[in-house]
Amino acid sequence: MPTGGPIRIVVCIKQVPKAQELQVDPKTQTLKRVGVPSEINPPDANALEFALRIKDDMPAEIVVLSMGPTSFDESLERAIAMGADRAVLLTDRILGGSDTVPTAHALSETIAKIGGYDLILCGEETTDASTGHVGPGIAGHLAIPQVTYISEMRIVDGKVRARRTAEDGSEWWETAMPCLLTVNFGCNRPREPTLSGKIRVKRGGVIVHWSCADVGIDPNKVGLRNSPTIVAKVDTVHLPPRARKLFQGEAREVVAQLLKALVEDGVIAP
Amino acid sequence: MAERFDAVVVGAGPAGSAAALALAKEKFSVLLVERGRTAGSKNMFGGRVYAWPLFDLLPEWQKDCPVERFVTRESLAFLSGDASLSVQFENPASTSGRAASFTALRPKFDEWLAKKAEAAGATLITGIKVDELLREGGKVRGVVAGPDKIAANVVVLAEGAMGPLAQKAGLLPELAPKAVSVGVKETVELPAATIQERFALGEKEGAAVVYAGDASMGLRGGGFLYTNKASVSLGLVVSSEDLARKKVEVQEVMERFRLHPSIQRLLKGGKVGEYSAHLVPELGLGMRAKYIADGVLLAGDAAGFLINNGYTFRGVDLAIASGIAAARAAVDARARGDFSAAGLASYDRHLRALNVLTDLERFRSTGGYLKNERLFSLYPKLLLGITEKVYTVDGSGKERISDVVLQEMKGKAPLFKMLKDFLDAARSM
Ligand SMILES: Cc1cc2nc3c(=O)[nH]c(=O)nc-3n(C[C@H](O)[C@H](O)[C@H](O)COP(=O)(O)OP(=O)(O)OC[C@H]3O[C@@H](n4cnc5c(N)ncnc54)[C@H](O)[C@@H]3O)c2cc1C
Ligand SMILES: Cc1cc2nc3c(=O)[nH]c(=O)nc-3n(C[C@H](O)[C@H](O)[C@H](O)COP(=O)(O)OP(=O)(O)OC[C@H]3O[C@@H](n4cnc5c(N)ncnc54)[C@H](O)[C@@H]3O)c2cc1C
Repeated sequence: MPTGGPIRIVVCIKQVPKAQELQVDPKTQTLKRVGVPSEINPPDANALEFALRIKDDMPAEIVVLSMGPTSFDESLERAIAMGADRAVLLTDRILGGSDTVPTAHALSETIAKIGGYDLILCGEETTDASTGHVGPGIAGHLAIPQVTYISEMRIVDGKVRARRTAEDGSEWWETAMPCLLTVNFGCNRPREPTLSGKIRVKRGGVIVHWSCADVGIDPNKVGLRNSPTIVAKVDTVHLPPRARKLFQGEAREVVAQLLKALVEDGVIAP
Repeated sequence: MAERFDAVVVGAGPAGSAAALALAKEKFSVLLVERGRTAGSKNMFGGRVYAWPLFDLLPEWQKDCPVERFVTRESLAFLSGDASLSVQFENPASTSGRAASFTALRPKFDEWLAKKAEAAGATLITGIKVDELLREGGKVRGVVAGPDKIAANVVVLAEGAMGPLAQKAGLLPELAPKAVSVGVKETVELPAATIQERFALGEKEGAAVVYAGDASMGLRGGGFLYTNKASVSLGLVVSSEDLARKKVEVQEVMERFRLHPSIQRLLKGGKVGEYSAHLVPELGLGMRAKYIADGVLLAGDAAGFLINNGYTFRGVDLAIASGIAAARAAVDARARGDFSAAGLASYDRHLRALNVLTDLERFRSTGGYLKNERLFSLYPKLLLGITEKVYTVDGSGKERISDVVLQEMKGKAPLFKMLKDFLDAARSM
């Protein structure tokens, strides 16, 4: 915990294809990521909103971090327009094909290089791969405490108190800083970009691009070759065709007809 | 206050982008704010731009301006029942020079002009709506958007016909139904080759048609058709007062117009693309209030700079010209170090130098002429009745034209009234 000065919050965000636009390439069996409308991974937007609310209350610097191709700048720009102070994009061809192990490694090295962090915020998981590994992986590499699936938090006396969503309720945890939190999807409403935020983006100089060499990441620890995950097979689920039955007439009758049909089709019990 | 610019321009339509571009060229730091996701994404118009002010703003405009087609044929068509009568003017030479006009699609055209302003040094921000003018002791000092206040020496309000900010600031009276018309438009996609064949046009040539009479179901207003590269824009502008009075929906008028046989023939096989509606400030100058006040200038539709006299529809060119004039006025104000209404007063003179006010004043009488309902219902019918008789040979005996005319006119309206209407109409053209 720094003495007096603003606290530094690193928010990890990934750019993902918009949920409604998710498409699997039938040939390669992988997610189509190019040429589809993208967005900030929704839980990461919630994590950013957490950071911004902290900054509303106390002096703080928000650094947004992402690993990915330069097209991710779009999401970093949006994060800055929402109120983040600056952004780092770790971008390097040798990172291509990294699964959660090298991703967590590379991000933790980059956070170490940013340095001086008090709080690291991640989303609970991504909408395009949904492993939920990366946040805990970063905390492990940096050897700092973590609280996952949080929906509420405050900083009291230099310590973080966070509410964790558990299977049968919730738990309040307290931990010293620096620490890492992964944030529940939908626990707050991310703010809209502002005019002054967009002006800052236009003026430039708020996003830096780092390569693995810039950070000092060992090429033998990242990329497809160094990713233990093997995606053996991806299946597309085909929905059964709709029956396209239309019931018309007086409401009471129509309902009765519909119920009868549903029972006959075995959809509901009589 | 977080940010400060020499000038803030609200709205990246043609007026706003022109103002921002001209201001940036004069070394003003300029913020151009547009609420649409991109400039032009929310905008529509009939489809033709008179090019003249672009020569002043961007001498090189023809290099990359997204022109659909240069208008080489003008038509005026009267519709009645299933019949139509049209007058045509061909001018294949009108593809260059100050008298050129071209068809365009707003999302492309507005985006192009906004990017030109950005290239000249303006800061273009899209996806942000300005909520209100920042005022201090009655003077405009900038704008407010969400949590942000942005200070400026001068604000150019180019927010379009609705003018909510101008209204809030007391510069515009609340819009009465008679101050606005409603415009609707649909774009019908057709292959370029089909358009060229159907309208007998060259590859870069375009047609513009203005429709009167039944096009608007007798309501004051008229229809239009413009050919783009691979689509046709078809639409109507009708008096909202008449719509309300006659209890007709504008969609209904549009539907009738589209189904007219002479239109159907031109659009056959086309795929209806987008449908949109927009307000048009009517009656121009005089209806609108102040366009100069302390720290603020109104430009384009927001100021009511629009001429719709029945055969030409000029909004975009006047918007661009007024943007240029606003920038010139700001330059004068800067030289004097006075951005009050008095310091900005030369706006009037610059608007005159570009013939914006002069043309508007000249056509103000059109207001009266356009108010005349006979022009939209009775006369087209008369004209078509006469034409039909003149061209019908069915063996029942032929009359001389002059007899036909007198016979058709009899009992429709007093002769002196008709004469006066024709004189009024002629005067306004
Ligand atoms: C079956 C399967 C198929 C896959 N197929 C592909 C594929 O075809 N192509 C492909 O690229 N990947 C694929 N991967 C995923 C790849 O392994 C992960 O995308 C990547 O390593 C991150 O994991 P995640 O998306 O699950 O993140 P999670 O662990 O779910 O993310 C948690 C949080 O970590 C942070 N985070 C995650 N990634 C980043 C990042 N890049 N930058 C900054 N912060 C981040 C965010 O805050 C995020 O909310 C696949 C994974 C699986 C399980
Ligand atoms: C059906 C129809 C047909 C027409 N046909 C023609 C024609 O053929 N030829 C012609 O020359 N003219 C035509 N016009 C008129 C022409 O469209 C207008 O005169 C012209 O668009 C005026 O330009 P402007 O820049 O003043 O306003 P607009 O083009 O309306 O631009 C205003 C801009 O401001 C933005 N804005 C508004 N409020 C805010 C805010 N608070 N914050 C941020 N941004 C804001 C809007 O999104 C918009 O981009 C037609 C109009 C209609 C409706």
